[in-house]
Amino acid sequence: MGLSIASLQVGERGIICDVALDKIPLKLLEMGCLPGKEVELLQKAPLKDPLYIRVNGSHLAIRVETASQIAISKLQ
Amino acid sequence: MIKTIKIALVGNPNTGKTSLFNQLTGLNQKVGNYPGITVDKKQGTCHLSEHLKAVITDLPGTYSINPTSADEDIVYKTLVNEKNPDFPDVVVVVAEVENLKRNLFLFSQIKDLGIPTVLAINMADQMQRKGITIDVASLEKDLNTKVVLVSARKKTGIEELKTILKDYDTLSTQSLADISQRIDGNFFVKIKEALPQFSTYKSWLLITQLAEADFITDQERETLLSFKKKKEKIKKFQHKEAIFRYQVINEILKKNYVINRSEGSDLRGKLDRILTHRIFGYVIFALILVIIFQSVFAWASIPMEWIDTAFAQLANYTQQQLTTGRFTDLLVEGVIPGVGGVLIFVPQIAILFLFVAILEETGYMSRVVFLMDKIMRRYGMSGKSVIPLVSGTACAIPAIMSSRNIESWRERLITILVVPFTTCSARIPVYAILIALIIPDKHYFGIFNLQGLTLLALYVLGFVAAISSAYLLNKVLKIKNKSFFIIELPNYKIPSPKNIGITVLEKTKAFVLGAGKIILAISIVLWFLASHGGSDFTNAEETIQLENSGKSLSVSELNKKIASYKLAHSYIGKIGKTIEPVIKPLGYDWKVGIALISSFAAREVFVGTLATIYSVEDKGNNSATIKQRMQSEVDSVTGKKRFDFATGMSLLLFYAFAMQCMGTLAIVKRETRSWKWPILQLTGMGSLAYIVALLAFQMLK
Repeated sequence: MGLSIASLQVGERGIICDVALDKIPLKLLEMGCLPGKEVELLQKAPLKDPLYIRVNGSHLAIRVETASQIAISKLQ
Repeated sequence: MIKTIKIALVGNPNTGKTSLFNQLTGLNQKVGNYPGITVDKKQGTCHLSEHLKAVITDLPGTYSINPTSADEDIVYKTLVNEKNPDFPDVVVVVAEVENLKRNLFLFSQIKDLGIPTVLAINMADQMQRKGITIDVASLEKDLNTKVVLVSARKKTGIEELKTILKDYDTLSTQSLADISQRIDGNFFVKIKEALPQFSTYKSWLLITQLAEADFITDQERETLLSFKKKKEKIKKFQHKEAIFRYQVINEILKKNYVINRSEGSDLRGKLDRILTHRIFGYVIFALILVIIFQSVFAWASIPMEWIDTAFAQLANYTQQQLTTGRFTDLLVEGVIPGVGGVLIFVPQIAILFLFVAILEETGYMSRVVFLMDKIMRRYGMSGKSVIPLVSGTACAIPAIMSSRNIESWRERLITILVVPFTTCSARIPVYAILIALIIPDKHYFGIFNLQGLTLLALYVLGFVAAISSAYLLNKVLKIKNKSFFIIELPNYKIPSPKNIGITVLEKTKAFVLGAGKIILAISIVLWFLASHGGSDFTNAEETIQLENSGKSLSVSELNKKIASYKLAHSYIGKIGKTIEPVIKPLGYDWKVGIALISSFAAREVFVGTLATIYSVEDKGNNSATIKQRMQSEVDSVTGKKRFDFATGMSLLLFYAFAMQCMGTLAIVKRETRSWKWPILQLTGMGSLAYIVALLAFQMLK
């Protein structure tokens, strides 16, 4: 697997290109974590996990485990 | 003739839905329970016009109609089942102005069910500050319903909303995002043909949640079953559905919703950087915890004393007013102390709820969850377990209920199982008297009081016990459960006193009624067991009078002796003597045994029971008399003090670990829907308590 949300550095943005459907909770899809959406890594928790992201206008925290199942391409 | 309609308020969490509910209903609301589960059901009434009354249900916050938790399940079952007593005539979807897109996702799902649905865009007062403009008229046309801008805080738009609701029957029930063509035309057309009585979307929801659908006919189930797909296929369709819904929503918002980002301030970012900082984040959280505990004890002690005195007086007064008899005894010795025993915890619990409500309303609590998740995960729990563990220091019952938003069943179960180890307020009176008995009142370095340090150590012990048993459970529990975790980090808000007040009031009421019933019932049973017995018991007065006929005893001394004798020969006294061999190695006699058994109603009953046993009048909070009496109690065999250091420590440790709370067991049964877990708690915690107390006594004696 290439880049995922988990490979972003704080402040970096990316575009979601694929989600591993069987590993991602439906709730996350319904909140707008879908292919084509922009995602920004706002912060990492002190122990590097969970991740604080902004996607589709929502501010969410998800675990690295989940974030690594969402493939992205980085935005400059 | 007044007509009554049903309205449901639905919306994402943190949209101010409950504020709007409070504005619409005022204090005309009540909290009930949904049958079988302990999810709060909030309903209120409101007059829309002279002839139209509305019963408004505030449904739990949810992001989607597809349920992932017990709370969300309520929303699903209310809206999909037309036979549900709360099935609404009209739904108000409460949306938040800043994140309209995500809020409209839920709106589109509900609209597709074919229920008249109004959109209330809340927090409209912040539009200007955030640089947002909305074309309401055009939005109404595109959504095919009425849209109203409201501000529950500034109380604007409420009357307009009421006017719209009055004409609910003129609203369109057409679906917004017809999923059929976009996902798999053929599949959905066939569903529609097979089940014309349902909207396509409803049939689709039923297919995905078939196991839960207990309200459809067998024939309908049969038909739906024929459309059942593999799990992966369903997820694929749901994925397509989500993409499609957002396409529709984006099209609509592109035309009617403009946001100028540069006008917004970045207060959130700045606060987040401090509050979730790798050092300051934890320091701030620790400070807040210290403040909470300090307040729970400092502020609550005065009202607790009032309650205690008031109930003692009430019992006295009742005794004087009523003629002596069984009924009076039941009132004075069973019911009144029982009710008092519940109410005494209200101040502490209310203060704790107050803090939790403030932390939640401001948005800080979700930052704590974010901060703590990784740490808690090592112990098989979730960041969201922090809230139950903190609440557990007041009472395990509401704490266990607050674990409901933990998505992973495994993490939630571990949280529920370990919460009762945290030092709840019912342990305090027991700790207080035992510490006073066995720990010298010495000061070190001027500030550290040895007794206070012991109490602190017991708190730490409770927390360590919770964490270590979680660690152990995490290793042994064979539950495979996909651990997932999502939490929204909402905008920081200044909490509204009205909302906080109502929340604290309701939660406290729920505690008093819920836990109160159980504690009260058990106090009555205990009263019965303590005030009835065999022939020895009935003949107590004659026996004692005969025994003491030569001595010149005052009436009150004689009465005390009679009471003492009666207790020893009552049913509960007999039980105490039966278990004496088992508890002897821990350093307890049958009298302590009685106190242990009666503590199963609630731990604090320990003190009251000992007071009765040692035939001391328990004068309010004036524990000096009980203390003196306990101090002079002597072991009849060895002649040593009954409550020496070894016995005292053994008791303290027993109370720290044992699961002596019927109320908690009942809640665990309800929340886990099985007797297995409460029984595990009872036996597991009980054995641990027994072993630790045994070791402590045998090593210290």
